[in-house]
Amino acid sequence: MESFALLVAATLNAGTVLAIAGLGLLVNERAGIVNLGAEGMMLCAAIAAFATVVHSGNPWLGFAVGAGVGAALAAAFGVLVIWLNTNQYATGLALALFGGGFSAFVGVGYVQEKIATQGSHAIPLLADLPFLGTALFRQHPMVYVAVLLAFAIIAFLYRTRGGLVLRSVGENPDAAHALGYPVRRIRLLAVMFGGALCGVAGAYLSLVYTPLWVEGMVAGRGWIALALTTFATWRPLRVLLGAYLFGGVTMLQFHLQSQGVDVPSQFLSMTPYLATILVLALISRNPTWIRVNMPASLGKPFHPGG
Amino acid sequence: MLKLEARPEASRFWRIGSPLLALALTVLIGVGIFALMGKDPLKGLAVFFWEPIKSAYALSELAIKATPLLLIALGLSVCYRANVWNIGAEGQFVLGAIAGGGVALLADGGSPRVIVFAVLAAGVLGGMLWAGIVALLRDRFNANEILVSLMLVYVAELVLAYLVYGPWKDPQGYNFPQTRMFDAVTQIPRLLKGSRINVGVLIALFGALGMWLYMFRTFGGFQLQVGGLAPAAARYAGFSSRRALWSALLISGGMAGLAGAIEVAGPIGQLTPHVPVGYGFAAIIVAFVGRLHPLGCVFAAILLSMFYIGGELAQSRLGMPKALTGVFQGLLLFTLLACDTLIGYRIRRTGRA
Repeated sequence: MESFALLVAATLNAGTVLAIAGLGLLVNERAGIVNLGAEGMMLCAAIAAFATVVHSGNPWLGFAVGAGVGAALAAAFGVLVIWLNTNQYATGLALALFGGGFSAFVGVGYVQEKIATQGSHAIPLLADLPFLGTALFRQHPMVYVAVLLAFAIIAFLYRTRGGLVLRSVGENPDAAHALGYPVRRIRLLAVMFGGALCGVAGAYLSLVYTPLWVEGMVAGRGWIALALTTFATWRPLRVLLGAYLFGGVTMLQFHLQSQGVDVPSQFLSMTPYLATILVLALISRNPTWIRVNMPASLGKPFHPGG
Repeated sequence: MLKLEARPEASRFWRIGSPLLALALTVLIGVGIFALMGKDPLKGLAVFFWEPIKSAYALSELAIKATPLLLIALGLSVCYRANVWNIGAEGQFVLGAIAGGGVALLADGGSPRVIVFAVLAAGVLGGMLWAGIVALLRDRFNANEILVSLMLVYVAELVLAYLVYGPWKDPQGYNFPQTRMFDAVTQIPRLLKGSRINVGVLIALFGALGMWLYMFRTFGGFQLQVGGLAPAAARYAGFSSRRALWSALLISGGMAGLAGAIEVAGPIGQLTPHVPVGYGFAAIIVAFVGRLHPLGCVFAAILLSMFYIGGELAQSRLGMPKALTGVFQGLLLFTLLACDTLIGYRIRRTGRA
């Protein structure tokens, strides 16, 4: 029972990376912009945060720097895509490739560095509950932040005027423009918010999840987070659940490897990727369902007055 | 204030000028990076743009790296013209290497020389199989080809790792994760004595010619491009979008697979976990810089090959990280996309409103 509780705890830990990145990407996709550069932003943020902590020893500064780096890269992407109307897929890909190269370039000197392991923070009283305490309430604060973030985004998108404007920009930018909303600025802010959260997710990876820096350490999580927004049909709570589901797949796979199951480890390592493909195929099977739920202007350029 | 104004017609000048301007900007940023790291920028530029072309040996190495880049980029050009976003050529390349390598492992000293063709054919089929999965899932399940093709890259690399750490590991290889060296009969013929350059480069150049014929001189290639540019017009004309999807993915997968087989049956000569070095991703940049045109791809492949060699030399000569290659690759694509704005727009100065 105790080992099961630990597995649940590890699942939440692994899912948090995907949840934070996925929620960020959800917000910019709700504004009509798809940013394929998630992987690159997460990598750059991961090394930036790691280097910050190596030099300063302050993990919260690390998270802040990670968020800043993610937002800055997203802003560069946003300017190209929103003002110069470059193709969103190609530009996102450029960001993914650049981020991979740049993080490896900057990170060379940090490969051997070590930072202090971020301890888990037990929530008073709740952490002492049998089973549940170990499973849920002895986590890094960011794990709880991810959950709160999902609810905050729900509240913003569906309960505030700003959220309504953001969604209308994603559904029909021409109408939003006609009503006098600054479509481009709103989209840029949404893209930067998405980048900042991808940055936090990258920082979580290199500071908490595996406190070290390895070239390419995001290992496709940025792409899985992108897939998550589709799985979740662009709903925040489903992104959260999907993230934990994938965190669970990852952890189960590690668990089986450590138990010495008689399956080559490479096949177990494939499971998160294969699961992504499988779920993507199952969810996308009904094109109408995707079309109804997808922000209507997603991926399409917007020319004001054009 | 500066303002972008739509041109009445796309600029032919900037279609060619944009990659050149992008290269100039990338070089400029590169000079900045060298200066920031306290290296002599002139030496930095020399390792990227002079060393790779200064001798016959250097040129042959340049051609060896340009070969897979060109082959993969040719296939991707067809794909992107058809508006099919295959970004997993790296995985298709790996599967081609695995399939070609698998056939090469079957050969021994007594095998006939024609087995080379079987090695290459297996590579093509391997790449097609991997891209075929993407096509099937897109066609039958409407699954996004960008994400599926990319996820399959990770799967392909793990399949390769499984084989070289497991069943295909060389028993006499001191436990290194690699297959035995392939038998000499499976090696694709070299062009010149004393250099590693092989017929692969000719295959790639013929591939460029063939791709030009397919794109601009066949009805199938025409249908595919119309489908990409104007899906509604293609539908109205009765062109099958499903056929375009399948042919775009199978062609690009086959080309990437061929590149993988040529790589393992040529310069590498065995399978190791280090077969994939990012050619599949760099080829995306080659395709865009080459304007999705076979001739443009030839030049762009040479340029990106210079980036690879320059990165290696920057490491050995200047003590800079090899990852510099990736930085320049990404920068080139970024600046290219920005400069491409000039094709459709002109910059106008406007008075303060």
